[in-house]
Amino acid sequence: MGCMVQDRYLRPVLQAAVDKNDHIDYFPNIKIQSHQCTAECANVTTDAGQDYTGKLLIAAEGRQSATATRAGIRRKGWDYGQSALVCAIEHENPHNATAYQYFMPQGPLAILPLTNNRSSIVWSETHERANDIMQLDDAAYLSVLRPRFGDFLGDIKLAGKRYKYPLSLSIAEEFVKPRFALIGDAAHGIHPIAGQGLNAGLKDIAALCHVLQDAHHRGENIGAIDVLERYQEWRRFDVNLLALATDGFNKLFSNSNALLRAGRALGLGIVNQMPKMRRSFIREAAGLGTKDLPYLMR
Amino acid sequence: MQPSETTVDPAEVAKFEAMAAEWWDPHGKFKPLHMLNPCRLDYITTQIAGEFDRDLNAPNPFQGLRILDIGCGGGLLCEPMARLGATVVGVDAAARNIPVAEAHARQSGLDIDYRFGTAEELAENGEVFDIVLNMEVVEHVADPLAYLTACQRLLRPGGLMVCSTINRNPKSFAMAIVGAEYVMRWLPKGTHEWSKFITPDELYALIANAGLEPVDRKGFVFNPITWGWKLSDRDLSVNYVTASIKSA
Repeated sequence: MGCMVQDRYLRPVLQAAVDKNDHIDYFPNIKIQSHQCTAECANVTTDAGQDYTGKLLIAAEGRQSATATRAGIRRKGWDYGQSALVCAIEHENPHNATAYQYFMPQGPLAILPLTNNRSSIVWSETHERANDIMQLDDAAYLSVLRPRFGDFLGDIKLAGKRYKYPLSLSIAEEFVKPRFALIGDAAHGIHPIAGQGLNAGLKDIAALCHVLQDAHHRGENIGAIDVLERYQEWRRFDVNLLALATDGFNKLFSNSNALLRAGRALGLGIVNQMPKMRRSFIREAAGLGTKDLPYLMR
Repeated sequence: MQPSETTVDPAEVAKFEAMAAEWWDPHGKFKPLHMLNPCRLDYITTQIAGEFDRDLNAPNPFQGLRILDIGCGGGLLCEPMARLGATVVGVDAAARNIPVAEAHARQSGLDIDYRFGTAEELAENGEVFDIVLNMEVVEHVADPLAYLTACQRLLRPGGLMVCSTINRNPKSFAMAIVGAEYVMRWLPKGTHEWSKFITPDELYALIANAGLEPVDRKGFVFNPITWGWKLSDRDLSVNYVTASIKSA
């Protein structure tokens, strides 16, 4: 279906690839103070007063992108009233490379396989309960988790730091402006229920590269709004669909209404019964859903 | 200097002069041309790369090639060609297009030689090019054979002409005139005269009579679902494009 890769393994690999690439000048730990996108070029000024100029400015600084805000791009979305507790867990029994998702009225608990006998959990609770649970010491934290986690993987213990993230939906109203593009969470922060945030961000990159490569081969201006709008059109439909699906999924499952429970059991039953449909669900979840794949994903 | 107006229809020139200032707004009056442009550029760049053995992945792939764009308008084709490294001359019979195109090229940091005049005039002056781009022009001229002959004279032996126009049949009348001018209002009413449209076979014959060898033709097809244009090997029923070679 897909692979779970921990952040701490992914980051060094990406960093090494950046370091090895002669075409990339990497400036860590700088803050952008202002930026300007004109017909001729994109320009950023750092808080140290340094200026950088290029043909296109791409913001990938998360859902609170200051560059997007400065560019006058508004966002739509809402708070889900839930926070996600995230942590790596060590368990006695092997997980057999299977992901589990428990749907509970307070919110879903996802158990996602890592290497060896370890899994990552994404445990959603109301903000209030999540705050309370975060205050607990490790032993108390585990004692709240155990009844939810169950014992099918044997006894559990913590295998890493505990994190808490508020859950919200935040989609930029525009992904592009002249000489300016948003990718990843800066364009669309969605609910993590289906684990699609990174995939969606990677798809943004692939789609933007595809559009820019084609434009470059044609001799087009890669910062022109009509070029960048091709990227926006390509991604916006996909992203809105994903936002709607994850939102609906979460609402459907974070609920104790008997009718909805019956309905979703029936729905999942039907999906399980139909191998083709199940496959398309799984392909979508693994980020391979669309027929028109960018060059980098073929 | 006045252009010799042998094949230029003055009424046609006046119509486009009125539209000149809006050339570069992708959502403005020339939106249909901006929408068609990627498709036109795909064809042009692929034909040039193939004919002159250029790698589009290399920097400045068209370096050393001299390209003429006839009816250059605001420079929608000239600028991409210059960006790919070519030496570009753009000629337009509408004087007002020239300062618009020059201003925009300056803004884009591109060096393009824009001239007010006609293909015939450049041919009389003995100008020679590797490539002549002749896009959506032939259906607007008074004498297509005389015009295409001037294009042929402008090519060096082994040179390439890319020529696009609109087919003449009931479908093209429905799409290009009723659809584009009256229903969608993409183009001002009266932009095209259906009787001036040319079938692909007629165009092939005209090109051959003008002394060039037609080597390829493809359709530009509008897809109302994706709202975009695509190249087609088979469907030349409305907009289409051809490539022709001047034998060495």
